[in-house]
Amino acid sequence: MAFYVVQFLTGLASAASLFLVASGLSIIFGVTRIVNFAHGAFYMIGAYIAFTLTERLSGALGFWGAIVLAALAVALIGVLVEMVLLRRIYHAPELFQLLATFGLTLMVEDLVVLIWGPDDLVGRRAPGFKGAVDFFGQNIPSYDLFLIVLGPVVLGILWLLFQRTRWGVLVRAATQDRDMVAALGVNQKWLFTSVFAVGVFLAALGGALQIPRDAVHHAMDLRIIVEVFVVVVIGGLGSIVGAFVAAVLVSELNAFGILIFPKISIILVFLVMAVVLIVRPWGLFGKPEAPARKTPGLAVNPWRPLTSNERLASLAALVIAAMLPLFAGNYALTVGSEIAIFVIFAVSLHFLMAVGGLASFGHAAYFGLGAYGVAFLAKMAGLPMIVCLLLGPLLGCMGAAVFGFFAVQLSGVYFAMLTLAFAQIVWSIAFQWVSVTGGDNGILSIWPEIWAASPSHFYWLALGVAALVTIALRAMVFSPFGYALRATRDSLLRSEAIGINAKRIQWTAFVIAGTTAGIGGALFAYLKGSVFPDNLGISLSVDALVMVLLGGVETVSGAVIGAIVYKALNIWLVSQTDLSKLVLGGFIVLIVVVFPKGIVGVLEMLAQRRRKSSPPGSPLIAKPIESAE
Amino acid sequence: MSVASTLLAVEGLTKSYGGIHAVRGVSFSLRSGEILALIGPNGAGKSTCFDMLNGQNRPDSGHVRLLGEETTGKKPREIWRLGVGRTFQITATFATMTVRENVQVALVSHGRQLFNLWSSAPNYDRSEAGRLLELVGMGGYADRPCGELAYGDLKRLELAVALANQPKLLLMDEPTAGMAPRERVELMRLTAQIAREKSIGVLFTEHDMDVVFEHADRIIVLNRGTLIAEGSPAEVRSNPQVQAVYLGEGLLYEAGHREGASA
Amino acid sequence: MRARNYFVGAAFALLASGMAHSAMAEDLKIGEINSYSLLPAFTEPYRKGWQLAVEEINAAGGINGKKLVVISKDDGGKPADAQTAANELVSSEGVAMLTGTFLSNIGLAVSDFANQKKVFFLAAEPLTDAVIWSKGNKYTFRLRPSNYMQAAMLVEAAAKLPAKRWATIAPNYEYGQSAVSVFKKLMSEKRPDIQWVDEQWPPQGKIDAGPVVQAVAAANPEAILNVTFGADLVKLVREGNTRGLFKGREVVSFLTGEPEYLDPLKDETPEGWIVTGYPWYSIKTPEHDAFLKAYQAKYNDYPRLGSIVGYQTIKSAAAILTKAGSTDADKLIAAAEGLSMPSPFGEITFRKIDHQSTLGAYVGKTALKDGKGVMVDSVYKKGSDYLPSDAEVEKLRPKD
Repeated sequence: MAFYVVQFLTGLASAASLFLVASGLSIIFGVTRIVNFAHGAFYMIGAYIAFTLTERLSGALGFWGAIVLAALAVALIGVLVEMVLLRRIYHAPELFQLLATFGLTLMVEDLVVLIWGPDDLVGRRAPGFKGAVDFFGQNIPSYDLFLIVLGPVVLGILWLLFQRTRWGVLVRAATQDRDMVAALGVNQKWLFTSVFAVGVFLAALGGALQIPRDAVHHAMDLRIIVEVFVVVVIGGLGSIVGAFVAAVLVSELNAFGILIFPKISIILVFLVMAVVLIVRPWGLFGKPEAPARKTPGLAVNPWRPLTSNERLASLAALVIAAMLPLFAGNYALTVGSEIAIFVIFAVSLHFLMAVGGLASFGHAAYFGLGAYGVAFLAKMAGLPMIVCLLLGPLLGCMGAAVFGFFAVQLSGVYFAMLTLAFAQIVWSIAFQWVSVTGGDNGILSIWPEIWAASPSHFYWLALGVAALVTIALRAMVFSPFGYALRATRDSLLRSEAIGINAKRIQWTAFVIAGTTAGIGGALFAYLKGSVFPDNLGISLSVDALVMVLLGGVETVSGAVIGAIVYKALNIWLVSQTDLSKLVLGGFIVLIVVVFPKGIVGVLEMLAQRRRKSSPPGSPLIAKPIESAE
Repeated sequence: MSVASTLLAVEGLTKSYGGIHAVRGVSFSLRSGEILALIGPNGAGKSTCFDMLNGQNRPDSGHVRLLGEETTGKKPREIWRLGVGRTFQITATFATMTVRENVQVALVSHGRQLFNLWSSAPNYDRSEAGRLLELVGMGGYADRPCGELAYGDLKRLELAVALANQPKLLLMDEPTAGMAPRERVELMRLTAQIAREKSIGVLFTEHDMDVVFEHADRIIVLNRGTLIAEGSPAEVRSNPQVQAVYLGEGLLYEAGHREGASA
Repeated sequence: MRARNYFVGAAFALLASGMAHSAMAEDLKIGEINSYSLLPAFTEPYRKGWQLAVEEINAAGGINGKKLVVISKDDGGKPADAQTAANELVSSEGVAMLTGTFLSNIGLAVSDFANQKKVFFLAAEPLTDAVIWSKGNKYTFRLRPSNYMQAAMLVEAAAKLPAKRWATIAPNYEYGQSAVSVFKKLMSEKRPDIQWVDEQWPPQGKIDAGPVVQAVAAANPEAILNVTFGADLVKLVREGNTRGLFKGREVVSFLTGEPEYLDPLKDETPEGWIVTGYPWYSIKTPEHDAFLKAYQAKYNDYPRLGSIVGYQTIKSAAAILTKAGSTDADKLIAAAEGLSMPSPFGEITFRKIDHQSTLGAYVGKTALKDGKGVMVDSVYKKGSDYLPSDAEVEKLRPKD
């Protein structure tokens, strides 16, 4: 019995820091609607600064002072980030802020290694909490007891802050209805800044408090960020109590889960999240989100098919690309193939995200399933390459059909998180089911057959498929189905009112996007000659998001440009410098600030401005759609 | 008009939220080509009632029949398929699409081409889309992004969209809310004209009594969830119960009339 | 957007990167790939090691008169990126051979690439047995003692312990799983009386140490096998120490004696664990002394195991290139098979049968000295003594 009590208490202690970080993320999201990917980075910086300070300042006062000081210092960094970076992009398209904070995270990961060195750092134990307390023969670390108390204390302080101060009332009001607070004449700028600072403070405090338990290292951020997202979503976005309950739930499930299934912790949080989202789509303590009000004057350039001149130009570009093997070496061709494959991947996500308004955080699942589909067919069934390429993507299609069915029942961030959960579940299966998937070591030797083996042939294959896929998806954007899909994105209310079954339209789009991603994955398996769980991992999903956002989520062709720029830059940087993350992150942050609508979005804006300034200016935008009237 | 059949029949519609009766036993009917106004002070249950007709909300009890077919509890999109067009109190349009595309989507849906992946949507029934836009006076705006339109134009666009499935019945929730007085009159005049030409039944809720009394063939009055009066504009205007309700609200017709005229 | 001229842009970008391979110098190039950005704690000392080797080789006149150049790439911890890098090194840089890699899956990916493109590959650090056995190929050689060898070395010591009830803690991925399964197999062969009472599989890098320690303690084992490392190890040790998990229990632990993993533990280093590792402070052989002196002189820092691996990887590559007198892959293979050479740990040989080097490891016990963790009673175990019989290896390895 004592054992179970202790296991329960241990779970509570693990919940404390998870709660601190999650509550900060939840507050920030609730008010600013920013999905702060950099939250883990702030957590990590908190730990690093606390490490440095606790090594310098001696005594108990020094230790605890250092913890608080570190959190304050990071909060200050947070304020700077908010004022310098985020303030500029609050009005950018949804999720663009995610791109900015992602870039920031990349930079921080390299920066901490530059500042604090590559070694894992192990800090001091907390003065007065070094030992353990005996509980019927079981030892409980006294620091755990401290954390167990701290969690509810922080919850209480936050509660008081939100219930008893004017600031708290504003924050709560803003969480429920941002427009209303703006209408009340509150200085929204400073409300946002202060909320961001509090959120970052909590993250950094969570990091600093890890000093006595954990090693400080440069990958701490990614290890916590996903879990924290999950906790926030299970608890309900914007709900502090929800974050607390979810943190306890996840930690306790983990503490007791490993007694029965020792291998479960790798997948547990995602299973819980998937179940919660399916049963209670707004999290345990969340409220159904009011449909986002579209800001009037949201000037999106109307989408239109290419004019004949543009078609010719695209064809010319394609022909030039196809001539690459005439003058480029094998390496350039292989890189070209890889970029073409990522164009396929990016346009598939773009179709779902930009056309359908469904931002998937787990799109790599279908890319990876396509790759594994090929691997199974080639290695187990021994089918010829062409058959594998045709049938392999069906695995992505099936995965998308199953998961998409559940995912499209949700929208916005909840949709994103459910897709993330599904992707992680698929990833864990690939990772754990060693006898079938080879686990971490993957499936090897899936090389192309002779006809496609030479880099130039494979390049032509990849380029051809990429061109076909891009054209097909583009045609779909301007098909009746594409119109219906955009309609469900713009207004669910209206589309239902004109007879559109929005869920079925979105589900179909999900399957189309998943299958297309699977085609990319199938080619990727042959390009690399192998598949690994990485092919369905989070970082690949994030890459796809970045490509779409970078190109411009409000444009039709953004994904193509985004994929080419991001992938080419990424490959080049990784090859040229060990600080590729710093440079790439800096580049992304720069793009976000300079091109708040993505690369293509800004190009379009410039082109439009030029056209508008040139007389004779009809107020209506001339639309040279090839007419069939 | 007298020979027109019953288009919409509502019987004993009831809905309550946590013990509070929002709508209680409301019954009325509507004939083809008739323009029926549903009025009542704030909180009278107009919107709840309206939402139960269009499928947005499910009644606790009661029936809604459209041309004899039971539509109670059906989804909005199923009701639309039966020939009901609707406009919203706060306009709901496809903000990133052009005016023409907004109408084309409705035409696509009406033509059951929603899952057509290959043909060209920009060319889909362009002439019909153009005709509908001309009908509501939006012909010159076809290529404008919907997000750039003035509010009154959005309302007219909604009307064009609502007409795309050749409806038998139009449900319009506060069709003139947020519009300038002159626009209100224009929009309702247009609606009435179309309704009479095509013999479409129109049910609308409205705050502006000018609009109501000028265009409605018949008026029903809700108060606290129950129907308190029904009849021609003249009958309703002289109904003491109605006057009491509106007096209590400080919203006498004459007061509303002056307000509207001076705005 | 007006025109889709992005393909043009892409074409130019690729063209530019394709130009690189026109600059063929008289240098002898080796391509090197490792997870520098993902695992700096291990790969930084590794890089210092191979840089020292390059310096020494060129100071001594290069390889058959040619200057040795190592072109190094980061794989970011992703197999797909490692293949891109390998491809660049082979196609664009024209390297004579590939070396490096740390993670097992990346080692396998590059090995498979080497096999496909017929390029010589000397895997430096990946531990998985698959690299030389189940997924071995004729182009791939491996330097570091494998999972199997480390397990065999530890089993030798572990089997002498009286403990009968064993629990295991290992990261939940292929490395952890195969380390545990080899250890269990070899251990059960020597000690059929042993019981395996609990196993814990925390996710790599994300151990929730408290519950794991509690769970293991609840099973009340007499001895524990640990395979976790890095930050997970730190958490495990801290929780284990505070909760008294290690009190009165024997612990056998993979790799924990390597300075990379032992040093961060500082004064919290648990005492008496049986570990494999690298006690650079207590190795008193002339070969090692020479290496240590050179390393400390160049970097003013002590070496980690990664330094040894990096150093010996390039030294081995140089020996193979020197003997082959050619950059032809088949000649390199012929030269490497059975080739013996000196190393800081004494002479090593690349076995003909499975291309594994006989580089060994030190087995000893952890101890605390002046507030720091050290290995004591350490003994060098030659790799050749801890490999299965040739007949068994034949069965494990596919025919070329």
